[in-house]
This record gives sequence, C-alpha cells and structure tokens, in this order.
Amino acid sequence: MEVLLNGDPHSIDQNCTIETLVTSLKLDGKFAIEINQSIIPRSEYLKTELLAGDKIEIVQAIGGG
Amino acid sequence: MSNLNTDKLSIAGSDYSSRLLVGTGKYKDLEETKNAIEASGTEIVTIAIRRTNIGQNKDEPNLLDVISPDKYTLLPNTAGCYDVESAVRTCKLARELLDGYDLVKLEVLGDEKTLFPDIPQTLEAAQQLIDDNFKVMVYTTDDPIMAKRFEEMGCVAVMPLAAPIGSGLGIRNPYNIRTIIENASVPIIVDAGVGTASDATIAMELGCEGVLMNTAIAEAKKPVLMASAMKKAIEAGREAYLAGRMPRRAYASASSPLDGQFF
Repeated sequence: MEVLLNGDPHSIDQNCTIETLVTSLKLDGKFAIEINQSIIPRSEYLKTELLAGDKIEIVQAIGGG
Repeated sequence: MSNLNTDKLSIAGSDYSSRLLVGTGKYKDLEETKNAIEASGTEIVTIAIRRTNIGQNKDEPNLLDVISPDKYTLLPNTAGCYDVESAVRTCKLARELLDGYDLVKLEVLGDEKTLFPDIPQTLEAAQQLIDDNFKVMVYTTDDPIMAKRFEEMGCVAVMPLAAPIGSGLGIRNPYNIRTIIENASVPIIVDAGVGTASDATIAMELGCEGVLMNTAIAEAKKPVLMASAMKKAIEAGREAYLAGRMPRRAYASASSPLDGQFF
C-alpha cells in the first residue's frame, strides 16, 4: 500500500508499523514523526500501524536562525 | 560590585553566562558552524526543524553531531512559518525531537519581503503554545505595547527586531527598544537586524538582556573572527550598561585639573 512520506509517495507492506518503517529507512540521529499532523511519541513506534494514504512527516534539526 | 562573572542571563529559570544567542543557518558547512559557535562563546543556539532527507548519505554529518544538546541549549525556531498552525506544529515536533525540552523561539511571519512578524497570528500561536506548557521566546516588532502584551500572556522572553531579519541595518529605533526594556520584567533580547559588532554593543548598552544573531556572523567574510568580535561586543556593551555612561554635554569639560597651572 502507499503512504505519503515527506511529501512523496512511498510503498510499504500491510500492517507496517512506524518502527518497521524507521528501520527500513535506516534513519540516523535524532528525528521526530508526525502522522496526519499528530505527533507520534517514540514510545508508540512499535504499536502504531500505518494505514494506506497516511501522511507521514519525519523531521530533524538543521541549521537555522 | 557587579561583574560579568556573577551577572547572568536568566531565561525560564536557567542561568547563562553568555548573553549572545546564535543561529546556525547560512554557514558554509558544519565545520564552520561549529567553529563560529565555539568562538562566539554562546550557550544558546537556534535550530530549524525540516524534513529529513530520506535516503541521504549515511555518512553525511548531522547538525546535532557538531552542536551537541549536552553542551548547548538548543532553541528550535519556527522560521518559515506564516500561520499559527504551522508554527505550533513545528514546536510540537521540536519538543518530541528534543526529548520533551520545551523552550522555543516563536516567529510567525507576515511577508517574505520584510520577514516582519504577523502580530495577531503570533499572539494566537503564543497563547496555544503557552497553554500547551511551552516556554515561549517570542520574535516581535519593536512595539512597546505588543512587547508588554507578550510578557503579560506568559512569554519567557520578548525578542523585538532591531531591523529586518538578515538586513544587517542595526538598531533602527533605539528609543522603542529602550521603552520596551523600561517596561519589561522578562528578558528583552534583540533578535534580528544586527550587522556588526557595534550594533550588538549598542543593543547591550540600551539595557537588552541579550542579542540573538545569525547572518551578521555567518555572512561575514570571516565568520569565526566575527563570532569572536560579537562575543567581545556583547560583553563590552553589558559592562558599559552596568557601569553607567557619563552624561552627554554640549561643550567640553577639561580632563586635566585647572589648579596648579604654572603657565
């Protein structure tokens, strides 16, 4: 099924959790995740299953003033 | 006697020895960012929150690798937000990113040409964030009435602009900044518009509790050297403020005694 990951279409398996997604993306360092504009705390990654069409935002800290 | 060892900047219950707050944008690379931040002596650095570049090179260094949250107070900003919703979302993501740390720099911008804040939307966003237990340092215009309003609603610091963001024009309205300071019981930190060291000194001589800058350092020909200059400028301005300047006179006043002249 397809979700929207940082604005781009992204294919994932059924019953994919955030934890599975994060692992497959090999994300490094600190990040935070929002699904359909709701923050998902890190403690919820294992039990939060993604649904088709979910809008996922994964953000990090970058330089800014 | 006050001296700089005991004179601290206090924001939301935390004390800082440095009164210079520095942004991390516009540097050539992370190495220059790190060197400039270190040379500035700052303890509070601003960061932006943006999408992770999915699939980027794993070896690419991350800002937080060079600006460690263990060493610096990280101040996430809402730069680029033109409405309440995106500003509040950004702060919530930042709090999650930084493990619950809840100090934020709120800016809700009005237009791209001036980057002046949109005050009605900034008020609304500040209220929502304060209600959600954020500690809000708010970027605003140099309007004393608005500055007081932000303080009264519970912002932990009020940060009037000296001039437009990135303009380097210096303090365009020192009288307003002084009025804001006179009225305030939270730290007033000039944010934006400083161009060179003397601008920072003037802000501190006016009685500002601190100065936040980014472009003045990052766009200097030698950013690390300018960071060092800004550190001294802030300290000089603070000491001069604490020392209390001499009165201005219209005419000369001789420095050498008139008594005992033999000529």
